[in-house]
Amino acid sequence: MSEEVSAEILTTHILDLAAEGKRLDGRGPDEYRAVTVEPGFVATADGSALVRIGDTAVLSGVKLEPGKPFADTPNAGVLTTNAELIPLSNSIFEPGPPQPGAIEVSRVVDRAIRAAETIDLTRLCVTPGEKTWVCYVDIHVLDHSGNLIDAASLAAVSALAHATVPAKRFEIADADYPLEVNHFPVECTFVRLGDTIAVDPTFDEERAAQGRITVATDEVGRVVAMQKGLVGAFSPDDVKDVVRRAFVHGERHRALAKGGPK
Amino acid sequence: MGSVGAKEVPVLLSPEGLRIDGRKLDELRPIHIQVGALHNADGSAFVEWGANKVMAAVYGPREVHPRHLQQNNKAVIQCKYNMAAFAVDERKRPGLDRRSQEISKVIGEAFESVVFAEEYPRTSIDIYIEVLQANAGTRCAGLVAASLALADAGIPMVDLLPAVAVGKIAGKIALDLKKEEDNFGEADLPMALVPQSGRLVLLQMEGHMTEPELSQALELGVQGCRDIYEKMKQALRERYSTGPVGGSA
Repeated sequence: MSEEVSAEILTTHILDLAAEGKRLDGRGPDEYRAVTVEPGFVATADGSALVRIGDTAVLSGVKLEPGKPFADTPNAGVLTTNAELIPLSNSIFEPGPPQPGAIEVSRVVDRAIRAAETIDLTRLCVTPGEKTWVCYVDIHVLDHSGNLIDAASLAAVSALAHATVPAKRFEIADADYPLEVNHFPVECTFVRLGDTIAVDPTFDEERAAQGRITVATDEVGRVVAMQKGLVGAFSPDDVKDVVRRAFVHGERHRALAKGGPK
Repeated sequence: MGSVGAKEVPVLLSPEGLRIDGRKLDELRPIHIQVGALHNADGSAFVEWGANKVMAAVYGPREVHPRHLQQNNKAVIQCKYNMAAFAVDERKRPGLDRRSQEISKVIGEAFESVVFAEEYPRTSIDIYIEVLQANAGTRCAGLVAASLALADAGIPMVDLLPAVAVGKIAGKIALDLKKEEDNFGEADLPMALVPQSGRLVLLQMEGHMTEPELSQALELGVQGCRDIYEKMKQALRERYSTGPVGGSA
């Protein structure tokens, strides 16, 4: 019981602060927490990245394996995104099959990667209708202190950007080669706290939020995915405002996703 | 990495008695430990052991879920060992498999043997072990990480639980097998030691060993555990002598 009560007190406090344009951790409404990207964290993956946003930590690993293309897309490779919100990362998660929250993270990340045409799936095809590369993007949340969608998508895109196609290992080509990445979608999430729309919510801010909205942008100025979540509402002007802000934050985080040794 | 191509048995022991990575038979792989690696857990530790990367977190003592597992005279200790899909060469399907469930059970029972569970009746102490990169010996690395996470969470215990696997390669007993040695070796014997009592609370074995070899393996493993115990204590000192490292305020 005490947990629910303290969460409610904290919510009231967060909303009171927001009314004065302040946040619990001292940030301004458009201030993002410190972001770091560590590519190549997992040697067993074909591509990987550990992303930290403040106290949130998400690890993504990419694995490529030969498989069969889908019957309706015989010339295209297969891309699968899966997020695990494991109980190690926060006391709110329990062991078991993926909950709707984890499925939402997977799907929103997957949508941005797919819509931005981050990788050209036709380039993954080996023999049309018979053999193609299956690209698995697995997302492992290690520390959940809010804003999992942005952390997961940054980790996933960075893992893809640093991935190698293990063609030699699977005897498909004489040498491994880098996975071709054409676009770099970056998600940016905001929450409504009263009249304020704050970027990069913490765990406590997400619990206090009166609506959450995510905008994915790419490097050529396209909005490639959006998701409104939680209980709450945004006006069209709110949406225009967060789209503008998402491009600014996206630019900075894209450089981080690309950076580091291949 | 060559798990798909033709399997050639590598030379596990050189004429000079050195192993594929240049180690001696009684030598551990390098171990790096960070206690308090996570912000949300009540206790946590990250262990890099050779090419293994394992994160452990402890939550509790807290309410028991599911409720019917609650015990009136002590805490229940629930352990979940899990492996990330990308932790091995061939992608592992996410979720629980029989191997993970067995490892979770024996590790949980090892900790039940050392935690003063009767101090916290009607609660649960939840231990989560996540293998992020695997290269043989993940249950031992997980045990070491979890033991330090329990200490980091302030759970009273008889002692820390160092763990290591001993194996047999090219007919010789060897400490702390890496993947190729595990794949092509003749035996694998993971163990966890209570240093204070000198007793083992986790012991498994697979392969073949003679009786004298088994005795030698046990002695080598106990010595290995004692060396790891020193590293564990050092890691705890590093965490707590310099004040909190970015811990939640």
